[in-house]
Amino acid sequence: MADVQKIEPDSVFAKAVKEGLLAGALAFGLFFLIVGFRTDQNIRNELVLNQRWGLLAIFVLVAGIGRFLLTAYITPWSEARSKNKRAAVEKEQSAFRKSFPKIGLGLLLIYPFLVILILWAYNGSIMGGLQGSLKYVDNFGIQILIYVMLAWGLNIVVGLAGLLDLGYVAFYAVGAYSYALLSTHFGLSFWLLLPMAGIFAALWGIMLGFPVLRLRGDYLAIVTLAFGEIIRLVLINWTVVTKGTFGISGIAKATLFGIPFTPGPTGFAALLGLPNSGVYYKIFLYYLILLLALLTAWVTIRLRRMPIGRAWEALREDEIACRSLGINTTTTKLTAFATGAMFGGFAGSFFAARQGFVSPESFVFLESAIILAIVVLGGMGSLVGIAIAAAVMIGGTELLRELEFLKRIFGPDFTPELYRMLLFGLAMIVVMVWKPRGFVGNREPSAFLHKRKMVSSEFTKEGHG
Amino acid sequence: MSEKQALLSVEGVETYYGNIRALSGVTVHADPGEIVALIGANGAGKSTLMMTIFGMPRARTGRVVFDGKDITQLPTHEIARLRIAQSPEGRRIFPRMTVQENLQMGASLDKLEYFDEDSRMVFDLFPRLKERINQRGGTLSGGEQQMLAIGRALMARPRLLLLDEPSLGLAPLIIKHIFEAIKELNKTTGLTVFLVEQNAFGALKLADRGYVMVNGIVTMSGSSAELLANPEVRAAYLEGGRH
Amino acid sequence: MVSEVQNNPTAILRVERLSMKFGGLIAINDLNFEAKRGAITALIGPNGAGKTTVFNCITGFYKPTEGMLTMTRQNGEEYLLERMADFVITKKAKVARTFQNIRLFSGLTVLENLLVAQHNPLMLSSGFTILGLLGFPTYKKAASDAIEKARFWLEKINLVERADDPAGDLPYGAQRRLEIARAMCTDPELLCLDEPAAGLNARESAELNKLLLDIRDETGTSILLIEHDMSVVMEISDHVVVLEYGTKISDGTPETVKNDPKVIAAYLGVEDEEVVELIEQAEAAGLDDITAAVDLLSTEALHEIEEAHPDMAPAALIPSAPATVRRARATTAKKPVVKSAADKTAAKPAASTVKSKPTTPTAKSPAAIKPGATANALAEPRGGKADKLIVIKGIGPVNERKLNQHGIFHFDQIAAWKKADIIAAEAYLAFDGRIAREDWIGQAKKLAKQSQVTPAPKKTGGAK
Repeated sequence: MADVQKIEPDSVFAKAVKEGLLAGALAFGLFFLIVGFRTDQNIRNELVLNQRWGLLAIFVLVAGIGRFLLTAYITPWSEARSKNKRAAVEKEQSAFRKSFPKIGLGLLLIYPFLVILILWAYNGSIMGGLQGSLKYVDNFGIQILIYVMLAWGLNIVVGLAGLLDLGYVAFYAVGAYSYALLSTHFGLSFWLLLPMAGIFAALWGIMLGFPVLRLRGDYLAIVTLAFGEIIRLVLINWTVVTKGTFGISGIAKATLFGIPFTPGPTGFAALLGLPNSGVYYKIFLYYLILLLALLTAWVTIRLRRMPIGRAWEALREDEIACRSLGINTTTTKLTAFATGAMFGGFAGSFFAARQGFVSPESFVFLESAIILAIVVLGGMGSLVGIAIAAAVMIGGTELLRELEFLKRIFGPDFTPELYRMLLFGLAMIVVMVWKPRGFVGNREPSAFLHKRKMVSSEFTKEGHG
Repeated sequence: MSEKQALLSVEGVETYYGNIRALSGVTVHADPGEIVALIGANGAGKSTLMMTIFGMPRARTGRVVFDGKDITQLPTHEIARLRIAQSPEGRRIFPRMTVQENLQMGASLDKLEYFDEDSRMVFDLFPRLKERINQRGGTLSGGEQQMLAIGRALMARPRLLLLDEPSLGLAPLIIKHIFEAIKELNKTTGLTVFLVEQNAFGALKLADRGYVMVNGIVTMSGSSAELLANPEVRAAYLEGGRH
Repeated sequence: MVSEVQNNPTAILRVERLSMKFGGLIAINDLNFEAKRGAITALIGPNGAGKTTVFNCITGFYKPTEGMLTMTRQNGEEYLLERMADFVITKKAKVARTFQNIRLFSGLTVLENLLVAQHNPLMLSSGFTILGLLGFPTYKKAASDAIEKARFWLEKINLVERADDPAGDLPYGAQRRLEIARAMCTDPELLCLDEPAAGLNARESAELNKLLLDIRDETGTSILLIEHDMSVVMEISDHVVVLEYGTKISDGTPETVKNDPKVIAAYLGVEDEEVVELIEQAEAAGLDDITAAVDLLSTEALHEIEEAHPDMAPAALIPSAPATVRRARATTAKKPVVKSAADKTAAKPAASTVKSKPTTPTAKSPAAIKPGATANALAEPRGGKADKLIVIKGIGPVNERKLNQHGIFHFDQIAAWKKADIIAAEAYLAFDGRIAREDWIGQAKKLAKQSQVTPAPKKTGGAK
């Protein structure tokens, strides 16, 4: 028995070397042609073959050494760790984890000012701080929060009700175009159109819901995917209304209780006697999307404790059992679709107000896939997990643009953004191997008799459609 | 010990689900041509032991030896190729395949010439399946699915047959038939059977030997008659109605 | 309960000319039966006989090819189930069901499972979510009531401690009980159970018997049940319907069905042969009391359950008992309400003796004391009420019946037995040595003394 249980350290090392060499060889075989050679056109328009042995060597070394380290050190270490963990009694959640949502919320509330303060200190001037913060508030803050909100909206459909929706971006588009069209044609204000966009999207959600209710699983996914594409193709081809691929530009900006964020004398900056800057609008937008996202979260949390929210989750667990308990699964699914779509619509109208320009380009399938990926990575049903996933995924891709040092390694032609999707996919694989149920797989029960205990992810189901 | 000649021996096996230990130091064995019953309350780990023999989940410590070969680390499909067949918990038939196709899936891959003979044997045992031969597995009733699961396991011409609650959801008459058939197969072909049952009385009646499992530990073992006579066993598993 | 529904006093569910065809396959063929109100009706038959299909037709999961399913509610409303959607049947016609392969919401906690079952009333009180979302107090009240109701059922099924654990984490037997409790949370008038005892061991199925009898007696819910476990079917059901190939082959009380040659041939098999086999085996093992063990089974388990859960109080003691409980109590006030299976089985033979006396006086009295009876046999119990002989360890319902037939009704009778009486009793009980070994006389003496100290016969549950 002993020979089975104990593996000698030597053999681990030998095994690691073997596997490392194998991984290196595999990487060499795989990248030999792809990375090792590159065809370029020279000045005379001739095709020349460049050899990139250095780069190839880096790839092979990373694969080989990585595999070696994994086998020799990381796997034994993690096994030992999990063994120790098993011995220890399940601990209470740490104080940090418990209060994480509060800390996170506090940080989000002060984020723009924090950025301005830091940059002010860094640049030494207030204007420098303001202008410099533009990028961080807009590209990081707002961009991430839009995806957080979209993912939280989709979470109602996918995470709670267990209906796999691959066309969620359609509702985002409906929201964006209803704001864009109604505002440019009728001059209606953002605050009126925001709820209307939500209602329109919810209606579209119900319209989509009706025909697809009988479908489950793969079939539902395909139909929702098609629905997303149909909406996009309509936007492209119905040129009379949507101006097709040109998109709609010059969409009115949102106002703060009627105060516009324009440089004029009635503008926000002038009224408050602040120096002129575009950053106020961005900060305003930041708080607006933060508010909308928090609204989504609040509604989700409240709904989960309502009978309807519980019915959604029950629907995800077992539809037939739901029906046997007298629950009308048709209306339950429709409400899930409509509620999810509504938040998509809100986010859409916000998007239109932020960009001032909408075109079908923004509503491609890839967007649906990214939103869904965030929901899955975050752990279906978990708001905190999804927020973290959105920050990592969207923030990560934004960060790639900032990584100048990569050019020094891979040469000046290297554009990290091009590798965005590759890294995105890689990150997904890593997370799914490491935590198959997403960052926060545990589910918080909606009611309790004695003590609220988290439900381990091994019991929850993903739903069948 | 009888380790040398035992067909299956499970030695000090511990199995975990995540961090929860389901089996702790389980040692059982089955000699060739024996029927061994494993009884115990729901959740005691009986089915886990069945699945551990099949490598799903794998035993974390200890080993499983089949016919002198250590199969603890073998992948499940290779374990099955050693002609160990199982009628698992929850039936696990192929719902979209017909009864015939399900049986074909169970048939041993290297001995195709026996297919007709074996399927005849299964249909003799369960005439109901013959009536339903072209029906999809998923449309069978619960009890018929159970018959199909047992039939599929028998199609593999197993040397060791693992049955997880074969009587579940079956009519009393059918249970009697199945138990008789197992006995018959055991007598004529020397088939070794390892059996998990909730119906402890029936199982011990059928088996030569039995084990009692409580909370992942084998607490008692002995010949069926001994166990049947044991007041503790009787108090815990036999009373409350025979079947 | 009779007075409330004049037009149809007894049947809660009438199945008439029910047929179900799947393509060319006939699953049910022209089936007729009735389920009586306040009774447990068992549906048995070989595998594939169409039992679950009948259930699926009743609960709306299948639309029958032909036939009529009439559900009559307590308030007299009639519903034609074959015309209703599945979830409407639960909601309006108050039919709840469980599934053969347990269908719990495994990722929801035990409590949440029971709350989901109360979806419809909660949905109303939350103003279809809108009022609830805005925090109206009506919903808060309803939500806490729902939790109380869930707690009531959790106490009934002994799962209060595990209320906050995921349902998928429960052991199999507990999952079965939870599924029944979940169905009961929809306030059904007819509860359809599909093989509730499948995969349960002897003790758990004895517990299940008690739970089902409690449900019937305390909430007045009628039960329709598919089961292969004869210890469940024969002990608790009031009425048994036997199906084979989608057709009814027998219909009647458990006693008649059990002895129906058609049922034995198609379904049960020959019982005696098994017993003979058993005795042979026991003898081979040097064991002479295997029959005693067999007979012991049911009684002992029941005693144990009562010992283990003395707190399984009748619903009336729990303030939050659902309204249906009280309603049911009022309707069943006339007949003695039995508290547990043990009392029930004890009361049955006694009651039947008393009742049948006026109708067949000649047949009863001479036949009551069968030849070979003991010296102190009585023609009938003193004061018309027999002692619960099954309290004596070693006497099961079967033996009690035999003893009653031979004129033994009271503890003091057994206590007074002489050697000759023991031999006589063992002759008709068909086992030797057991009365002495298990000290029936000693037990009976103790019990007889107890009943003298407390002159009023112990009548559990009668107070209600």
